[in-house]
Amino acid sequence: MPHTTTAPEAMTNRSLRAYLYGLPGVDEVGAAARAKDLSTRSVKTTAKATAIDLAISMVDLTTLEGADTPGKVRALCTKAAHPDPADRTVPTVGAVCVYPDMVANAVTALRGTGVEVASVATAFPSGRAPLEAKLVDTRHAVAEGATEIDMVIDRGAFLAGDYLKVFEEITAVKEACGDAHLKVILETGELVTYDNVRRASHLAIRAGADFIKTSTGKIAPAATLPVVLVMLEAVRDHHAATGRRVGVKPAGGIRTTKDAIRHLVLVNETTGPAWLTPDLFRIGASSLLNDLLMQRTKLTTGTYPGPDHYTQD
Amino acid sequence: MAERRTGAKKKQAGTDVPSRLAVRKTYKLYLGGAFPRSESGRSYPVTSADGDHLANASLASRKDARDAVVAARKAFGDWSGRTAYNRGQILYRVAEVLEGRRAQFVDQVMTFQGATRAEADRIVSATIDDWVHHAGWTDKFAQVLGGVNPVAGPYYNHSAPEPTGVVVVFAPQNAPLLGLTSVVAPIIATGNTAVVVASENAPLVAIDLAEVFATSDLPGGVVNLLTGRVDELGPHLAAHADVDALDLTGCGQRAVEFEKTAAATLTRVLRPGPEADADEGVWLNSTPGTTRLAAFLETKTVWHPIGM
Amino acid sequence: MAEIFEYAPAPESRSVVTLRDTYDLFIDGAFTPAEDGTQLTTVNPADETELARVAVAGPVDIDRAVAAARRAHENVWGPMSGLERGKYLFRIARIIQERSRELAVLESMDNGKPIKETRDVDLPLVAAHFFYHAGWADKLAHAGLGPDPRPLGVAAQVIPWNFPLLMLAWKIAPALATGNTVVLKPAETTPLTALVFAEICQEADLPAGVVNILPGAGETGRKLVEHPGTDKVAFTGSTEVGRQIARAVAGTPKRLTLELGGKGANIVYDDAAIDQAVEGIVSGIFFNQGHVCCAGSRLLVQESIAEELLARLKTRVTQLRVGDPLDKNTDLGAINSAAQLERIRELTDSGESEGAERWSPACDLPENGYWFAPTVLTGISQAHRVAREEIFGPVLSVLTFRTPEEAVTKANNTPYGLSAGVWTEKGSRMLWTAERLRAGVVWSNTFNKFDPTSPFGGYKESGYGREGGRHGLEAYLG
Repeated sequence: MPHTTTAPEAMTNRSLRAYLYGLPGVDEVGAAARAKDLSTRSVKTTAKATAIDLAISMVDLTTLEGADTPGKVRALCTKAAHPDPADRTVPTVGAVCVYPDMVANAVTALRGTGVEVASVATAFPSGRAPLEAKLVDTRHAVAEGATEIDMVIDRGAFLAGDYLKVFEEITAVKEACGDAHLKVILETGELVTYDNVRRASHLAIRAGADFIKTSTGKIAPAATLPVVLVMLEAVRDHHAATGRRVGVKPAGGIRTTKDAIRHLVLVNETTGPAWLTPDLFRIGASSLLNDLLMQRTKLTTGTYPGPDHYTQD
Repeated sequence: MAERRTGAKKKQAGTDVPSRLAVRKTYKLYLGGAFPRSESGRSYPVTSADGDHLANASLASRKDARDAVVAARKAFGDWSGRTAYNRGQILYRVAEVLEGRRAQFVDQVMTFQGATRAEADRIVSATIDDWVHHAGWTDKFAQVLGGVNPVAGPYYNHSAPEPTGVVVVFAPQNAPLLGLTSVVAPIIATGNTAVVVASENAPLVAIDLAEVFATSDLPGGVVNLLTGRVDELGPHLAAHADVDALDLTGCGQRAVEFEKTAAATLTRVLRPGPEADADEGVWLNSTPGTTRLAAFLETKTVWHPIGM
Repeated sequence: MAEIFEYAPAPESRSVVTLRDTYDLFIDGAFTPAEDGTQLTTVNPADETELARVAVAGPVDIDRAVAAARRAHENVWGPMSGLERGKYLFRIARIIQERSRELAVLESMDNGKPIKETRDVDLPLVAAHFFYHAGWADKLAHAGLGPDPRPLGVAAQVIPWNFPLLMLAWKIAPALATGNTVVLKPAETTPLTALVFAEICQEADLPAGVVNILPGAGETGRKLVEHPGTDKVAFTGSTEVGRQIARAVAGTPKRLTLELGGKGANIVYDDAAIDQAVEGIVSGIFFNQGHVCCAGSRLLVQESIAEELLARLKTRVTQLRVGDPLDKNTDLGAINSAAQLERIRELTDSGESEGAERWSPACDLPENGYWFAPTVLTGISQAHRVAREEIFGPVLSVLTFRTPEEAVTKANNTPYGLSAGVWTEKGSRMLWTAERLRAGVVWSNTFNKFDPTSPFGGYKESGYGREGGRHGLEAYLG
């Protein structure tokens, strides 16, 4: 489709701007209405059971606190590999997401479980550091064994119109990632408009992102349904234009099974079911997992369990 | 300050002990959806029309007034941003809840104001109906007061009313329930938030009405009620730079002074009208009209070119 | 993983509805059988099962109802204060809110429209319409119609089957708020929610005779609008019947408002927010199975983006879920009747035989009931029947244009003038286009939006008079 064909040869701020402003606009009211309409989809019984297991397998179980310790990370990794100690049919989560200095702990704890280790990098969450520091941050995480890197874009540069800087940082980090998958955090709560979200999505995709991710989790609003809709439309259009599939990761604010299923419905009806896999859709969350487990138990046993039946890590 | 008369003065000790002692209500302020006492820790005695001591009302201070303005400002964004339909539903809910407590209010109007049952009944009915009436205005005043302007040029041009913001209301002194409703309802119907200084000598029924607000889905801070002295609170509220408008109905002799004070920040004022000192009976026989709606609205005009 | 989002069936419970075997007329505050005992059968269009038998009003019943309405107007409703009248309407609005799920389910069963729409669109609007007009009852002096506008008297009202309860609300709420009393005929195929509304009038203690409901077919409607005892006729339905009514009312003192057919143009400029435009096109024509007089049934797309837009549109239409109206995930329900289905088929076939390219997504339609797959006809020109005649079904005719003038010319080149849509990110072009469109409602960057505060009605052969808002009161005041 014409709107997402490759950019002009010479990459300049001006050419990037022309490309981004050539994208079709997003009507805020219409996008919100579409997201709201899809959120009324009713997912019950067998469909719900499958959706819950799928959602569990998509969770990037996250701890990103100044108070993180090796013990905390180990506990989280145990939970990631065995979300419900009482029920071994529960799938493992997609990844554990930690700060770079915790990667080694996570790699050790998750060896042989199939759970990926993701690390935030590039002076997360603000991104306010020299590029060289961001690259060091990234290389360190990769060297410690992270297989996925969650970088933040320079929102200041984006809002100031310096699209080339944003683009070049992403390409540089992508290179530093080597074989690790790159998720690019747009921090949509700071970009504010859906037009900006659409432009930042295409900018990140074109710079080589394997995933585009909504938020750091440190800024509200984080992953709202309309924002995720706009990002899904971007990866859908990019796929239609180039055949390449880019993933989407909402993060922050998704706490209940109902929220998670609404996101899966959005995926299904926007990009189609090809994206309903942890390879192309992840959910950054921490408390969500226990709610998914509770709803899973409710479906199998018919009664609501209490919170103390699940581990608090 | 009035003398606090107690039952002990009238009754011989030990002769008249009831088999069950009634639980009295502590009358407090209504600020930001909560019922705090005055931060000053003061109260003042309120007496009935016959001079019997009824209760102690909180004597609000300058700081309480300041808190009330903060609460009203905080509530303004949400309240004015709600749909007109939603505001109408909530004002109608006030009427519904008030109807459910009709007996309580009839008793109070009789006790507090010395009205006969028939008079009290009419006052309470008219109060309920005034909330119904204003519930119906929320989604109509814009069409009645706004419209398209046929400017001479290729421009779309329309004017629409918007609420002015935080309105301080000096409620009528002699019409503490219906009079108060008649001045407050149009202010919040149009999306403003209010800081109300209740009738000084008859403040209790206003606080009872606040209990209706608190259980009617009216967001906290949309109406804030102070009981106390106009002389003490008025100068501060009139001078407050974060107050957008004053309704001077119940401030008596000080209206001109407050209007002059308000001029410093060009705070809008609604001067006391002929009904200012009237009792409930006069409010009972007046038709609301649109004056009080229009008094606290700003008109916004939007231009936009028309062209291919 | 694909199959999980086929979604499991999510049927709304029917248990909130208690269907009776037979429903009577509602005259003078009481349910009474038709004088001659005639009944009609109303069926569920989704499976052709019989829902109930309903009394059909004949001439004697109409006489009784009009007389009851006259008495109520003269003795009770006309003299009553606006405030008190308003309070009855507020009551009715609240009871509708309280019984909204029951009414939504019943409406879906009788009409065939999806529960998602009756629940999220019809019923909230019905309640809002009564609530809004309740507030007008004591404020008529502010309506810009003079200091003391007076009610007309008895209103004869005939409504269609596409939004049974919503059209009832559009008719009854303003009539009552302004002090008129009504005799209303619901559509032959969808009388049930109107009769539950009659129960609601009883529950609200509405004085007898203020609202009278007379089910029946075209003959009942004709006799009602021709009855000499009424002061006002309000009709929503086809342009053909509208003409007959206008003819019948001519020469009488009766006032008349008509809300008739349409062939709405939905204009998409090349700078439109394309994903939202696609949504607007879909809701413009597939909302309520296209049984919408203001449907955006003609898509006028700027030629430079036609190919891309149609590709996106078809992808989106493929996502529509057609089936059981009571399933919460259904987007497109049943066609209301066998006769309507036949008309849609005939017109759509004519489009194909006139050279249009016909496209529908692969979808399994239920075996019983009346069903029609969402359909897009491309390669249409102004001369095709499907570009001129109202299909009143889920069929979109696609035309292209090159310049704004051409878009407006084509949009206006129809005897109808009810609605239009304009999609552009440029405000001045939107206003330029809206200014030139000969249509009573112009939606920009949205479609099929309704609100009790917003006047609705048509230009040209889409009728006259407006419903809703301050302007709608005029139709019921003298």
